[in-house]
Amino acid sequence: MRIVNTKEISEAVYRMALHAGVNLTPTCQNALKKACSEEKSEAAGFALETLLKNAEIAKKNAMPVCQDTGMAVVIMEIGQQVYLEGELLRDAVNDGVRRAYNDGYFRKSVCNPITRENTGDNTPAVIHTEIVSGDKIKITFLPKGFGSENMSKMYMLKPAQGVEGIISAIVETVRLAGSRPCPPVYVGVGIGGTFDTCAFLAKKAITRDVGTSNPDKKIAEIEAEALKRINELDIGCQGFHGSTTALGVSCEWAPTHIAGLPVAVNIQCHCVRCEKEIL
Amino acid sequence: MKNITLPMDKETVKCLKAGDSVLISGTIMTARDCAHKRIFEYIKDGKTLPFELKDSVIYYAGPCPAKPEMASGSCGPTTSARMDSFAPTLLNMGLGGMIGKGEMSDEVREAIKKNTCVYFAAIGGAGALYGSAIKKSECIAFPDLLSEAVYKLEVENFPVVVAYDCFGGSIY
Repeated sequence: MRIVNTKEISEAVYRMALHAGVNLTPTCQNALKKACSEEKSEAAGFALETLLKNAEIAKKNAMPVCQDTGMAVVIMEIGQQVYLEGELLRDAVNDGVRRAYNDGYFRKSVCNPITRENTGDNTPAVIHTEIVSGDKIKITFLPKGFGSENMSKMYMLKPAQGVEGIISAIVETVRLAGSRPCPPVYVGVGIGGTFDTCAFLAKKAITRDVGTSNPDKKIAEIEAEALKRINELDIGCQGFHGSTTALGVSCEWAPTHIAGLPVAVNIQCHCVRCEKEIL
Repeated sequence: MKNITLPMDKETVKCLKAGDSVLISGTIMTARDCAHKRIFEYIKDGKTLPFELKDSVIYYAGPCPAKPEMASGSCGPTTSARMDSFAPTLLNMGLGGMIGKGEMSDEVREAIKKNTCVYFAAIGGAGALYGSAIKKSECIAFPDLLSEAVYKLEVENFPVVVAYDCFGGSIY
C-alpha cells in the first residue's frame, strides 16, 4: 500500500492547469505547422500563420493561448494499492483548479445552466476516476472549450450500419459543425459501450496525442478513412476553405450490447491543450 | 492587407469584399450571450442603452482577466452563430458591424446587406494575439456579468478577414 495525501493531487492539478491554459501540446503544434506549410487557400493560410504566431505570444507572455480556458476535465487513473489521505479528493482537485484559474489570469467560464450565474472560480471541475492496478496515480488535465464542445453529437446507430455508419456519423458531425468549432478540429470518437460510457470514450479519445493511431487495426482504419473524408469537405481553417479541416481523428472503443452501436463524436478545436502527470 | 480605422463610414464599408484581410485600429466593444440578453431586455422595456450603438462594432468575445502589466487578457472571438437571433435587430438599429467567428444565419447576412454593414471573422483561438493588440480596456456596462460584460476596447492592428460584405458576399 502507498499513502498519497490529496494535497499532492491538488498541487499536480494546479501545475497542470497553469501549463495547459498557456501551451498547446507539442503534437498539436506540429500538426498546425504541417497544415500551414501545406495550405494552398490564402485566407486559411493566413489564419494558420496567425495561430502559430498566437502560440508564440501566449508562451512568451505566459497568457492563455485561447481566452476560453474551458471547463476543467480531470481524468484520474488511481492504482488499487493507493490509500488517499487528507481532504476529500474532489475538494483537492477543485482547489487546484480554483488557484490555477485565479493565478493564471484565466477566464472563469462555469455557470449555473438555468440562471447562468457564474460560479466565479471555474469550479466544479468534471472529475472522472478509474481504479487500475498498481500504486500510482495518472492524472490527465484537459481544459475543454465550448465552441467546439457545442458541436459534439451522439448517435445510437443500428448494428447493421456497421463501419460505414460510424464513418458517416463522424464526417457528418464535422460537416454540420462547419466553421463554428474553430477548425481545424481534433475529432474524438467513442464507439460502443452504453450511452454514457460512449460519450466518455469520445472525451478520452481527445486526450490521446494528435497524430497517433489506435493500436487496434480495424479502429485505426476507421480513423484514417474518416480523416481523409473530413479533409475532403473543404471547410478548412476557420471555415476559410482549404485542405486541413481536421488535424486528426482519434477513436476509443468498448464492447457494447447486441442490439446497439453507440457512436459519440466529441469535437476539440485546434487548441489542443492537455497535460498528463503520474504521481 | 487593408488597414481601416474605426468608426467606419459607409464608403469604407463598400470597399470591403469577402475574403479581404484587414487590420483594424480604433474602438470596438465586446458583447456575448448574456450581454445580448440584457441589451434586449433594455430594448423591450424601452430603456436607453448604456452605450452608443450607432456605427459601433460589436466584438463577440469574453476576455480573460488582464495581468497587472497588460491592458487586456487573452481575448479571441467566440462563435457568432449564438448571436444570430439578436444581430438583425441591432443592425436595423444602426450597429455598424460585428467581429466574431464562424457562419451566421441568412437573416443576419440579409440585414448586413440591407444596412450596408460588415461582418468580420477574427481567427478563433488566437486569444493571446488579440489580447496583445488591445491597448486599452474599460468595462462600460453590466459589470456583474464578469467576462460577459460590455468592454470598450482600443485596438491596434487587429487582424481579421471580411466574412460577409455589404453586397451579400461570403467567405464561407
